[in-house]
Amino acid sequence: MKARVTVTLKNGVLDPQGKAIEGALKSLGIDGVGSVRQGKVFDIEITAGDKAAAESALKDACEKLLANTVIENYRVEIGA
Amino acid sequence: MKAAVVTFPGSNREGDVATALRQAGATVTHVWHADTELPAGTDLVVLPGGFSYGDYLRCGAIAGRAHIMDATRAHAARGGYVLGICNGFQIACEAGLLPGVLARNANLKFVCKRQHLTVERADTAFTRAYAKGQVIDVCIAHGEGNYIADPETLARLEGEGLVAFRYADADGQVTAEANPNGSLNGIAGIYSPGFNVLGLMPHPENLIDSLTGGTDGRGMFESLISGKKAA
Repeated sequence: MKARVTVTLKNGVLDPQGKAIEGALKSLGIDGVGSVRQGKVFDIEITAGDKAAAESALKDACEKLLANTVIENYRVEIGA
Repeated sequence: MKAAVVTFPGSNREGDVATALRQAGATVTHVWHADTELPAGTDLVVLPGGFSYGDYLRCGAIAGRAHIMDATRAHAARGGYVLGICNGFQIACEAGLLPGVLARNANLKFVCKRQHLTVERADTAFTRAYAKGQVIDVCIAHGEGNYIADPETLARLEGEGLVAFRYADADGQVTAEANPNGSLNGIAGIYSPGFNVLGLMPHPENLIDSLTGGTDGRGMFESLISGKKAA
């Protein structure tokens, strides 16, 4: 089973890297870019038997390591 | 005073902090991150600076989950002293020993320079050799030192007097210009509620010998070990 975890900064948390990328996109003349926030994506191969077990393991992984919930949100998607 | 200095893969300041501790009279043991116990009789655990695990994921995130950190949390819960310097401060936050996060410097630059700090209180085990409000001249070297906490946590830190050091100018003024990384309220270091855990971004262990730039860092190690004023 494959899963994807996306970790993003919470609203209101300063994201200087996103700002720098936003500035670079604008300086490239790419039209229509309002703002940029940078995050992280983890593609994870799950060995758990069923979807419920996978969801539980991934939530544990996010809470314990993948995200720092003081400043970050996470989202889990489980594929086939 | 028996000090245990923890080495993680990528730590690089464990030797310097051990030198500073020994100079002040401590007995120093080096401990490996995969160890599950601290040496018997450990009074102080030091999480040194460096780039543990190459700063992968988030600075201090992986080291914060190392086996030795379970023993370190238990030590802190018993009232034992823990000192986290630079990457060690990041590790202490990630391990839940201290609140908040050290985020990327607001100006995106790695800052490596001399920096003045104000000593916010001189009645703790880490600062009793200094004077309250004293301005000390130490070093900083970090890319992720921007201290962030939610408004409730920040209010609690300020209300309970848990801010240990602030970035300041040479006159002790805590200004935006003197703040090298964007930290809230100019925070350079904080205590746990019991004042037995201290995390700070600056490196006091760099300033322990006039031959190499100054001695303003000695006070922290003298405070911990003898409680006497640094010479």
